[in-house]
Amino acid sequence: MSNKKVILDYNATPVIDQVGVLDRIDRITSRSLKKDAKMHGLKLALSMIDLTTLEGADTTKKVVQLCNKAMHLHDAMPGLPTVAAVCVYPNFVETAKKTLKGTKIKVASVATAFPAGQSSREVKLLDTKLAVDSGADEVDMVISRGRFHEGDYNFVFDEIAVIKEACGKARLKVILETGELGTFDKVRRASDIAIYAGADFIKTSTGKISPAATLPVTSVMLEAIKDYYYKTGIQVGMKPAGGISNAKLALQYLLLLKETLGDAWLTNEWFRFGASSLANDVLMQIVKQTTGIYQSKDYFSKD
Amino acid sequence: MTKINLNSTWEFAPSLESTDHINLKKQYELFIGGKWVKPSSGKYFDTVNPATEEKLASIAEANDKDVDKAVKAARKAYDEVWSKMPASERGKYIYRIARLIQERAREFAVIETLDGGKPIREARDIDVPLAAAHFFYYAGWADKLDYAFPNRNPVPLGVAGQIVPWNFPLLMVAWKIAPALATGNTVVLKPAETTPLTALKLAEIIQEAGLPDGVVNIITGAGATGAAIVNHEDVNKIAFTGSTGVGKIIQNAIAGTHKKATLELGGKAANIIFEDAALDQAVEGIINGIYFNQGHVCCAGSRLFVQESVYDVVMRKLKDRMSSLVVGNPLDKNTDIGAINSKEQLNIINNYLKIGKAEGAEMYQTECSLPKKGYWCKPTLFTGVSQSNRIVQEEIFGPVLAVQTFRTVAEVIEKANNTPYGLSAGVWTDKGSKLFNMTSQLKAGVIWGNTFNKFDPSSPFGGFKESGFGREGGLHGLKAYLKV
Repeated sequence: MSNKKVILDYNATPVIDQVGVLDRIDRITSRSLKKDAKMHGLKLALSMIDLTTLEGADTTKKVVQLCNKAMHLHDAMPGLPTVAAVCVYPNFVETAKKTLKGTKIKVASVATAFPAGQSSREVKLLDTKLAVDSGADEVDMVISRGRFHEGDYNFVFDEIAVIKEACGKARLKVILETGELGTFDKVRRASDIAIYAGADFIKTSTGKISPAATLPVTSVMLEAIKDYYYKTGIQVGMKPAGGISNAKLALQYLLLLKETLGDAWLTNEWFRFGASSLANDVLMQIVKQTTGIYQSKDYFSKD
Repeated sequence: MTKINLNSTWEFAPSLESTDHINLKKQYELFIGGKWVKPSSGKYFDTVNPATEEKLASIAEANDKDVDKAVKAARKAYDEVWSKMPASERGKYIYRIARLIQERAREFAVIETLDGGKPIREARDIDVPLAAAHFFYYAGWADKLDYAFPNRNPVPLGVAGQIVPWNFPLLMVAWKIAPALATGNTVVLKPAETTPLTALKLAEIIQEAGLPDGVVNIITGAGATGAAIVNHEDVNKIAFTGSTGVGKIIQNAIAGTHKKATLELGGKAANIIFEDAALDQAVEGIINGIYFNQGHVCCAGSRLFVQESVYDVVMRKLKDRMSSLVVGNPLDKNTDIGAINSKEQLNIINNYLKIGKAEGAEMYQTECSLPKKGYWCKPTLFTGVSQSNRIVQEEIFGPVLAVQTFRTVAEVIEKANNTPYGLSAGVWTDKGSKLFNMTSQLKAGVIWGNTFNKFDPSSPFGGFKESGFGREGGLHGLKAYLKV
């Protein structure tokens, strides 16, 4: 990472045409996954979930319950993958780490005055430090959307770079909050800023703003990742978050990923879903694919 | 160079549209005067599925006598019923046809795919809905012609002879029949000999809709049948969509007669990408421009012009996007590129691939496996070509793109117009002023800005120069069937 020599020219970020993006997405949503291909996709989706709770009402016991769900998605069916990570506020990282000890499930923590990001650099750094010192494997930061709209791109860039440094070994996911950016052009520019500033992942949304993740927005961000990879050979991950609550939609995201970035990204090292209720719908589809029967929602644990 | 492998190990499982709901007869007769009649030639020809080379049905071959019968039926229906019917009643019949197409959309889409080789996704999402939309659109005009042409007292021409091609069999039938009926004409229509089935299925719908006998007659056959329609003295208007070669023959044949004509012929459209364009979306537009319907599209964007400064990046993006195109069984819902319509057409395309290579152009095709039976062509592009190459000058009518570069606006306008054709063009730029400057200077009937191959019944379609004359669609499409 340190020998990156590519410099971002804010005035040269590619323009995006909305009509064309929607055309591309039409082609993706008309794809049809059946049988083995569908099963493969479902299991892949399950393994890519960042199981998330980000509520003011979160408690230690609630976080423990969520971690249990992460470890035991649906034990009635053997051979299932686990989710990739649980995602919590910094003050619950310790609890999550302890509960998940001995598993491969990562702990991700939001930081930098999530979700609005309206605070000082110092507070954001402290927030990040709290998460990392508590043992977070991954940090999900938010960008300063206000500064971005003001055109102060250097501020946004520098902030990401500083947080990245504070993350140490933890991987940094940069939340653009695309629902607050307004246009695809701005999504692309924010993606480029985050990527060039050192993001390991770019992420659509906090889940607190509507619209959250959409296929078109994800397509624009994946193209930014691709252009950067062609320029530098460095892989950056993608995390759509918020609003992805059913398996069919999750599979469409994966098809978009497959057709844009290919196999190298089709792993939970480089792609995640930020979601709280997606897992159970995917599980229900997996059971349906296996047994041929849809089960009631009450056969799948809710934590 | 850094490479991304898009040939994913996660492959699609077959996802075939079912065919058990369709209703096809083993043999189709001629639809004349509201009845199915045997051809006086006694001859039948086969229509085959180009993806499997299997026969789908036997089709009657109409000769001069049959054409005469059809024209007489159309004339009788015109004189006795159709021209006397209140326009609002005429409109009702057309609405009924539109609704029946919608009701049987799935069956039509599957048959279109079986008979023509186009992907079910396109037949289902584009051909059939657009065909219905055309009938709906023109049904609305039927009783409003006085408002379309105020103070001109528009009157119908009489009997229209209509000949349609094999690339959009049902859609082209809709383009022809809907405005003709709305304006009070009666019709003798001939579908292409390789793709007659959806036109014949439409004849069933026309019967079901209770359209008076003889208002629409659908007869089948090859070139000789078409010639008999063109040369029949009691036909008032010829509407033809097809090759420029045949268009010239038709124009010759009707010279000095009273017959009116609209000809929608070939094309070799320029698709122009400026350096300030939204490149990822432009690439999507290139794909839609040339690989839609296997490139069997008269308005296909077959000549790509890329501004030199973005040439490398556009080619990289284009090749990446091409590699995700699925070629194969047209009935599979994931297929992007289906079968070439006929063996003859495949030979023509393959011959152009040879010509391109012999001319020194560099050919690129995606890596994909093709089915053993049937007629197939991988998505292809040629680089290192110029206006002097035959693959740039001539219409290939296949999934073959010729890529050139340009430096300035003036240069690309000169090159884009440097063709005997002028059907369509595409311009990609983020700058509105540049777009409108281009559209005013490009000599093409349809120009798309930051998109390609978009169709709507309300939008007129037609060509400049050897791409033909007359307009179909929209208000302009009415005029072609009226004396005003």
